[in-house]
Amino acid sequence: MPKEHANWSPYDNNGGTCVAIAGADYCVIAADTRMSTGYSILTRDYSKICKLADKSFMASSGFQADVKALQKVLSSRHLIYQHQHNKQMSCPAMAQLLSNTLYYKRFFPYYAFNVLGGLDSEGKGCVFTYDAVGSYERVGYSAQGSGATLITPFLDNQLKSPSPLLLPAKDAVTPLSEAEAVDLVKTCFSSATERDIYTGDSVEIIILNASGVRHESEQLRKD
Amino acid sequence: MDTLLSSEGDSQRTQYPYVTGTSVIGIKYKDGILMAADMGGSYGSTIRYKSVERLKQVGKHSLIGASGEISDFQEILKYLDELILHDNMWDDGNSLGPKEVHNYLTRVMYNRRNKFDPLWNSLIIGGVKNGHKYLGSVSMIGVHFEDDHVATGFGNHLARPILREEWREDLTFEEGVKLLEKCMRNLLYRDRSAVNKLQIAKITEEGLTVSQPYSLKTFWNFAAFQNPTVGAEGSWILCLMMFCCTKTCAFVDASFSFIARHGSA
Repeated sequence: MPKEHANWSPYDNNGGTCVAIAGADYCVIAADTRMSTGYSILTRDYSKICKLADKSFMASSGFQADVKALQKVLSSRHLIYQHQHNKQMSCPAMAQLLSNTLYYKRFFPYYAFNVLGGLDSEGKGCVFTYDAVGSYERVGYSAQGSGATLITPFLDNQLKSPSPLLLPAKDAVTPLSEAEAVDLVKTCFSSATERDIYTGDSVEIIILNASGVRHESEQLRKD
Repeated sequence: MDTLLSSEGDSQRTQYPYVTGTSVIGIKYKDGILMAADMGGSYGSTIRYKSVERLKQVGKHSLIGASGEISDFQEILKYLDELILHDNMWDDGNSLGPKEVHNYLTRVMYNRRNKFDPLWNSLIIGGVKNGHKYLGSVSMIGVHFEDDHVATGFGNHLARPILREEWREDLTFEEGVKLLEKCMRNLLYRDRSAVNKLQIAKITEEGLTVSQPYSLKTFWNFAAFQNPTVGAEGSWILCLMMFCCTKTCAFVDASFSFIARHGSA
C-alpha cells in the first residue's frame, strides 16, 4: 500500500530574531516581540527571552511550543541543580546543559534557534550560539532566527572579530562600551525590521553586568 | 502485517478532522472577557449541525471556546471536567483560574502533538480571577500566547484586523458586543463555513453567562451591487443596453403588429 502523505506538520515557524553581544564586563541579549504564523501576526507583544539562571539568559526563536518546552526543561533542571549544589549554575555549565538537552531530541528535534548570553565565572561577557540539535560554540556575538542573515554580516562589519583560527586563540569579546553595544543592537533590529517580515513590533533588550540586570525596550515598525 | 512499522492504513492516530467548527473570537473589555462563536458544525462542505455549543464554562472562573474537530473538543471537555473535579475535591478554598486552565491545555495539546496524535482544535481560554482578566489561545500543535484580543482560524484573518483598529481597554459591555458582532458579521459574509446563529459569552468577576443563540442582520442592498456598470464611462454594457433597448422595442412592436394582424395561434 503506497505510503500516505501527512496532512499536518508537527512544526511551525513562529518567526522572530534573537541577538546577543558579549563585552568585557557585560552581556547584551535581545529579541523582537513579534509572534507570527504563516503570513499572520498572532501577537505583537511576546517575549522570546528566558532567564535560566542569575547570569544566564536564553533568547530563542523558531517553533514557539518547542521553545517554551525547552525553557521549561532547562528551568526545571536548574532548580534541581540549585537543590543539589546550593548555588546557581554558571553560564558555561548552562551552555553545556542546553547542548545536551537539544541533542537528546536529535531524532525529533526542538525546532528552536538559541542564543545563550551571560557572564562567566570571571565576570566576562559570554555568548553561546546553537543550532536546533545542540551543536554549539562560544562566540563574541551572534544572531539567530528569521533576521539572522540580515544582522550577522552587519555585526561582522561593526565588531571586527578576530579569526577563530588564530593561535593563540584571541578573545572575540568586543571592546565596545555597554552603551555603544546597546545602541548597535537597536540599529540591528531596526534594519532587520525593514526587510524581514517576521521581525518587528518591538525589541526587548536585557543587559547583564556586575551590578545586575537591566531591561530596555524600543518600538519597531509594525508592518 | 509488519508490526514494527505499522502502516498508515491501520493507524488509530488522527489524520484529518471530520466535523469541524469555525472561528472563535475573544476580547478583553472593561469588566472582563467577551467571547463569540457561531453554532455550526461542518462535515466538509456540508453544514451538518447548526446547534453546536462551542463556548463552554470551565470551573468558576473560565470559559473555553473551540474551533476544529468537534469530537476532540468533547474529549477536551471530559479532561477539563476531571481536572475541575479533582480541584474541587481538594476542598481547600482555592480554585483553578483561566491561566492555570490555559497552561494545562497547552501541555495536553503539546503532548498529543509529540505523540503524532493531535487533538485537532484551536482553543481560546478566557476568564477573570481576583480581578485579573486573562485571555489566551492554544493551537493543535501547542503554540500558545495571551493577548487583549484573540481569534481562531479565519478569525485571525478577518476579525483581528478589525480588533486591532477598534479595540480599547475600556470598552463597555454594549460596545464590546457591538465590536464582536461586527467581526462575526464580517466572518458570516466571507467564511463559507460560518452559520448565522451565534452565542456570545461574558465572564466577569461576578460570574459567567453564555447567551441564548441569536442571528445577525445582514445587509446585501449595497448600491454598487444593484447595477454595477450602468452609465460607466465607455462601458460596452451601456452601448449594448441601448442597442438592445431600441432593437427589442422595435422587435416587440413588429411582433405585436404581426399578431394583431394575423391573430395569435
